[in-house]
Amino acid sequence: QGPRGSAPVTALLSPAVTSEQIEHLHRRFKQLSQDQLTIRKENFDSIPDLEFNPIRGKIVHAFFDKRNLRQESDGLADEINFEDFLTIMSYFRPIEMNMDEEQLDRFRKEKLKFLFHMYDSDHDGKITLQEYRNVVEELLSGNPHLEKESARSIADGAMMEAASICVGQMGPDQVYEGITFEDFLKMWQGIDIETKMHVRFLNVDTIAHCY
Amino acid sequence: IPSVSNIVPESCLLIVVGLLVGGLIKGVGEKPPILKSDIFFLFLLPPIILDAGYFLPLRPFTENLGTILIFAVVGTLWNAFFLGGLMYAVCQLGGPGLNHIGLLANLLFGSIISAVDPVAVLAVFEEIHINELLHILVFGESLLNDAVTVVLYHLFEEFASFEQVTILDIILGFLSFFVVSLGGVLVGVIYGLIAAFTSRFTSHIRVIEPLFVFLYSYMAYLSAELFHLSGIMALIAAGVVMRPYVEANISHKSHTTIKYFLKMWSSVSETLIFIFLGVSTVAGHHYWNWTFVISTLFFCLIARVLGVLVLTWFINKFRIVKLTPKDQFIIAYGGLRGAIAFSLGYLLDYKHFGMRDMFLTAIITVIFFTVFVQGMTIRPLVDLLAVKKKQETKRSINEEIHTQFLDHLLTGIEDICGHYGHHHWKDKLNRFNKKYVKKCLIAGERSKEPQLIAFYHKMEMKQAIELVESGGIGKIPSAVSTVSIQNINPQTLPLERVLPALSKDKEEEIRKILRTNLQKTRQRLRSYNRHTLVADPYEEAWNQMLLRRQKARQLEQKMNNYLTVPVHRLDSPTMSRARIGSDPLAYEPKEDSENLPIITIDPASPQSPESVDLMSEEPKGCSGLPPSPEEDEEGLVMRVKEPSSPGTDDVFTPGTSDSPSNQRMLRCLSDPGPRPEPEEGEPFIPKGQ
Repeated sequence: QGPRGSAPVTALLSPAVTSEQIEHLHRRFKQLSQDQLTIRKENFDSIPDLEFNPIRGKIVHAFFDKRNLRQESDGLADEINFEDFLTIMSYFRPIEMNMDEEQLDRFRKEKLKFLFHMYDSDHDGKITLQEYRNVVEELLSGNPHLEKESARSIADGAMMEAASICVGQMGPDQVYEGITFEDFLKMWQGIDIETKMHVRFLNVDTIAHCY
Repeated sequence: IPSVSNIVPESCLLIVVGLLVGGLIKGVGEKPPILKSDIFFLFLLPPIILDAGYFLPLRPFTENLGTILIFAVVGTLWNAFFLGGLMYAVCQLGGPGLNHIGLLANLLFGSIISAVDPVAVLAVFEEIHINELLHILVFGESLLNDAVTVVLYHLFEEFASFEQVTILDIILGFLSFFVVSLGGVLVGVIYGLIAAFTSRFTSHIRVIEPLFVFLYSYMAYLSAELFHLSGIMALIAAGVVMRPYVEANISHKSHTTIKYFLKMWSSVSETLIFIFLGVSTVAGHHYWNWTFVISTLFFCLIARVLGVLVLTWFINKFRIVKLTPKDQFIIAYGGLRGAIAFSLGYLLDYKHFGMRDMFLTAIITVIFFTVFVQGMTIRPLVDLLAVKKKQETKRSINEEIHTQFLDHLLTGIEDICGHYGHHHWKDKLNRFNKKYVKKCLIAGERSKEPQLIAFYHKMEMKQAIELVESGGIGKIPSAVSTVSIQNINPQTLPLERVLPALSKDKEEEIRKILRTNLQKTRQRLRSYNRHTLVADPYEEAWNQMLLRRQKARQLEQKMNNYLTVPVHRLDSPTMSRARIGSDPLAYEPKEDSENLPIITIDPASPQSPESVDLMSEEPKGCSGLPPSPEEDEEGLVMRVKEPSSPGTDDVFTPGTSDSPSNQRMLRCLSDPGPRPEPEEGEPFIPKGQ
């Protein structure tokens, strides 16, 4: 894989997605949508492996989030077409060797923005304590015997840590509203998301069948 | 002014010491000892490898496994054959002294000298703090190439005694590689699982827990070596497999014991190995042949550079994070040879290999060159080339949450794309692990503990200990963030901090009581034997009291104080007391504690029934220890399902790690009391941390 020519429909995407990969994704899209032109939320239920995923809800939600679909409006779309599907997939393309500093920075910000939208469920531009708690609860949702208290405490602790990273010293009267996108960027500084957040498309033949 | 240790890596200095010692012994007229191969392979090498395997950073290792395997297997094979072949050519052309050395002997020599040595790599790379990727690539390669070395060595050694080498022999040799490597790994995995299973039942005999880890690992190594399988791979596999389960089962103290013992043994081994190398150089019979030695050295370097270049070009096609030329240079330069090569050469039989002395001389020359020249220059080169160094990031709970989130997200995306990739299989393995394996191998409730919670508890523990060791709150520098739960969740009830105003003589009374109790306990401690460690009634009482203390946590103070507390401030007399303070055995909580004021503060939760407390609660608080833990626990702990069994000094048991109480006790105790003898001096300074 590497930079190659791109098909017309992928004017939005960087050249890193090849035409084979687009074909593969198109086949997959047709499978999911059962040969319709658009996909709805219910279509994602047909993927068996997705059931085990604790943050399943958030992932499906992310596909329909208008902010991710680069539309100016807000809120959730009811259905998405193939172009939207590809747009979402483009957030997971791997890094290219010949990117310069600015491109790299934009690349990184894009991916982090996608993640930020997943955390920020009420679309207000901040991750509040309640939303963060929600995230941790979902992560731990695979363990039914666990108390909610534990998830809450972890979220609280993480939030306080985030506050101390982003704001530093806070007096007893100041209130930390929530994690904004800039703070979010600061938190992720240690993790090189450009290399971690990608999906490889090496095996174009292995298409999982929904049943 | 750079000191000697900044320029010269430790391994070089040790070899020089060995040379001096050897020279001294020889000068006196005695025969200096030589590093015998069985001592090396049986006693000196395993601790180092076990240390490396047990603490192997698994995530980067598995992420780069393909690259590491290619370097280890293909790279070593290339080196061996290239070098062997070229040396054969040199021997043919080298005149009468070298003509009689056959192709097989040269190939054997090539296979001995071509393996990158883990001991040397560890010794040098640990000091230069290079970034994780490069470190794991070179180090992983040095570990995994053992299989190749073992196979080639035995193969050529046997072939040398054959009259004819047929194609069948070669094919069998090729197959034996798989047997050796996979067999070694299998042996290691089996012993690792047995060790994990054993550790499940050791809750009553905590004292010998570390022994199981060491014994089973060593057994894995010996069993593998017995069958001529790769002992190093067995050892690594055993360490990697047993670690997550053993760590979940054993007590905190056993964990510390294992860590320090392994570091100690591996340090000692490493030192001895290098010193012996020096001594053996002086002691051994040498046969110096200019052509042979110089061409060996030259071709070794060329082979390494070419191998790395070609393989990286190939590997980069499949890697997401490509290896830059700088990386390649470091990988090539980091191919150090060491004592394994020497020992293998020493094992050669004189009968079949008359030129053994020449081989040994050449091996020693290459070792000296790589360790001295390459070892010394790699640090300035790393600085010169501005290679990325290791980032000292503290693992934070945020990072853990994000990493897990990302993992799940990527698995989900892969499932949606219908692509069974890396993440999919990893997720499947994790689920299998959680569902079946953990239930078998981890004792009790911990088997169901999700990774996030386990991580969080571990972090809490670590930071609580750091906090206690730094002498309590008084020592925390003012640079610490004052973010509290109020700052992020302002709807909580206003905290009513009630600091009881004690009268002077009441304070004095309290101090006197605590002092006398502490003295008494100390006397009792001196006469303990290992059986009382098992059933200590005070420990149980202490645990019970701590459970009660659960309600009285001061959440935000604990969190913000130790989220940024610096590590290891060891300077005051409170240190030794602090160490006792962290030992639950040292306290006798029952007597006269009615007078002890309990400062209970409501944790950040509006619905807590046990709201803010005052002095009125205290008689209930300490004197009558309730037989069962409270039902509704607030705070960062899970429901305590099993009351702490006698002999659990397991600080992992939820509820016992109550650092605020420790802190509170300490604060009272840090007032001048009777001078305790400095029983515990400086803590262990772990190597390389």
